[in-house]
Amino acid sequence: MTSSTATVPAPEALPKVKTDLLPLLLLPAIALAALPLTGSFSTWVTLTFAGLAMGMIIFIIASGLTLVFGLMDVLNFGHGLFITLGAYIATSVIGRMSGYVESPSLVRNLMAVVPAMLIAMLVVGAVGFVFERVIIRPVYGQPLKQIMITMGGMIVGVELVKVIWGAQSIPLPLPAAISGSLLFGDAAVEKYRIIATVVGLLVFAVMLWVLSRTKVGLLIRAGVQDREMVESLGYRIGLLFFGVFIAGAALAGLGGVMWGMYQQTITPEMGGAINVLLFIVIIIGGLGSVGGCFIGALLVGLVANYTGFLAPKVALFSNILLMVLVLLWRPQGLYPVVKR
Amino acid sequence: MIFRRIFSGDLPRSRVLTAVLIAVFLGLLVTPFLFPGAKATNVAAKICIFIVLVASFDLVLGYTGIFSFAHTMFFGIGAYGVAIALSTLGPTWRALAIGTGGALVVALALSLLIGLFSLRVKAMFFAMITLAVATAFQTLASQLSAFTGGDDGLNFKVPDVLTSNVTFSEHTFRGVALDGKLLCFYLVFAAAVLLFLIMLRIVNSPFGRVLQAIRENEFRAEAIGYRTVVYRTCSSVLSALFATLAGVLLALWLRYNGPETSLSFEIMINLLLMVVIGGMGTMYGSVVGATLFIVAENYLQDLMKLASNGLSGMPFLRDLFHPDRWLLWLGILFIVGVYRFPAGIVGKLRMKAVVKP
Repeated sequence: MTSSTATVPAPEALPKVKTDLLPLLLLPAIALAALPLTGSFSTWVTLTFAGLAMGMIIFIIASGLTLVFGLMDVLNFGHGLFITLGAYIATSVIGRMSGYVESPSLVRNLMAVVPAMLIAMLVVGAVGFVFERVIIRPVYGQPLKQIMITMGGMIVGVELVKVIWGAQSIPLPLPAAISGSLLFGDAAVEKYRIIATVVGLLVFAVMLWVLSRTKVGLLIRAGVQDREMVESLGYRIGLLFFGVFIAGAALAGLGGVMWGMYQQTITPEMGGAINVLLFIVIIIGGLGSVGGCFIGALLVGLVANYTGFLAPKVALFSNILLMVLVLLWRPQGLYPVVKR
Repeated sequence: MIFRRIFSGDLPRSRVLTAVLIAVFLGLLVTPFLFPGAKATNVAAKICIFIVLVASFDLVLGYTGIFSFAHTMFFGIGAYGVAIALSTLGPTWRALAIGTGGALVVALALSLLIGLFSLRVKAMFFAMITLAVATAFQTLASQLSAFTGGDDGLNFKVPDVLTSNVTFSEHTFRGVALDGKLLCFYLVFAAAVLLFLIMLRIVNSPFGRVLQAIRENEFRAEAIGYRTVVYRTCSSVLSALFATLAGVLLALWLRYNGPETSLSFEIMINLLLMVVIGGMGTMYGSVVGATLFIVAENYLQDLMKLASNGLSGMPFLRDLFHPDRWLLWLGILFIVGVYRFPAGIVGKLRMKAVVKP
């Protein structure tokens, strides 16, 4: 027995996956390129933080969208609904806790904002549950119907939001301790943008951890690459997808709260307006890739803010321009997802 | 038979549908005399224009199975072409021709470009790309205010013969002045009928059959030997051109054009609702869908106002039936439609006719 084991060669380590750093380098490259153009260092810092905050929020919203697409080829054109809903729920929660919001203490502020975010995530997750069951489940594998039905779902959802909260725009003011800005030398950075960046990084870190260190994450990644193989190994990919969809919806709800606070006013149409941005981000990143989505979102955020400062007219098209340039460089997106 | 030739061999195939179509045709024809007043004629003209627009969308969505968000962009190009030409060159027929021609050329180039670049990819990807392009175009139109009038849009004059400044007869007929505005309506009406019949001809030609084959099974169509990319591109270019012509008609009728009237995303959604409710892949669906939708848009609200007032005791229900929430009900109808009646009203009627001949 011992001799037979001796003939088995020692298991070789799997070949290391090459990490592709080029897209990662794109971010500092763009930031550095913008430095001389903006003229002053302090403006640059302000703009960079604004871009990062915007990018982080977009990433939070878009991450679910790209994973859902990777897993089941389902593209939810109604994703914007979750954003709107999240923001509106937050106004309702925060509106009931005005005492906490107006107090200057950060702790009391957070006691209003954190529950608002959690409740928004919970409710939007529940709505995602219903949305998936009622709207998306019956049309798996029929892309044309999917596009139409998810759009229809968004129309109905937005109209219901109008029924409940009214069609006019609602202010969503920042809590007292979070509003205003910090001064770093000459550079003024809004406190909220720092917080948004930190929250975004946190979400990204947790997501990376789940995807790379847990069994569920392994299954999700495997499912994105080869759905049938995962199914044939006995895992119920439908359930997995369902979970990812709900989590994605909840994250979009969180993103909606943050986006609403970033804009400080919310309208029923806000979700639909971001939809285009989301699609651009996940196309830039490579459909189905979380890392690509992260970089894509930050790129979009940074470029939007730099061009907004340098050439406001161009800024309106900066996203599309960015998408075209990225696709010319890498037609499948920054991190193409290898599918079987 | 002559009808068979006019309708390209694609008769309604259902008695109810035939009756509905005849009713719509006659109704639109006599609207200016039957319901005096600007509103009814406006609604009728809008129905004519949207029948063309919806049919052209159906050509690409229902017959070829391509989902494009850029359809209203071409509608807008047509309307802006006429608006810009007439407001800069003055109200002449020559300017109208230049505007129409220019718009058609732009639409042709743009749709060809989009088609060749992105029709090779998956349906989802195409939908996203067209959404991005359409959004960019809308921003462009509202930003180039020197050229397009920005968000305010352009007011312009049309050739005198088409306005109420010119009267053809001293007499009035049933109290309606026989003036240029009336002529304009019938011009729009005739153009819509003509364009609709041309599209009916296209989808029932061998070319149209190939499109349907691609919709049903692209792989097989390719295997038989059809270059599917070429056919898909042709289909989307054709549909873009018809949409452009619909835009021309819109501008001619409204004598105004702005981003809200011809480019907004809302029109895209309305278009989608009309196609699905009427019936995808049936040209007649566009007639039924557009008529139903626009009549609902203009008159359903009145009905809902009644319901809302009746329910004033119950706050939530009252808001649910608020006249501004009419899109909610059409949205629900749309979802149910996509699930239960993918072939829409027309498909349902035709199926019934087959079951019980």
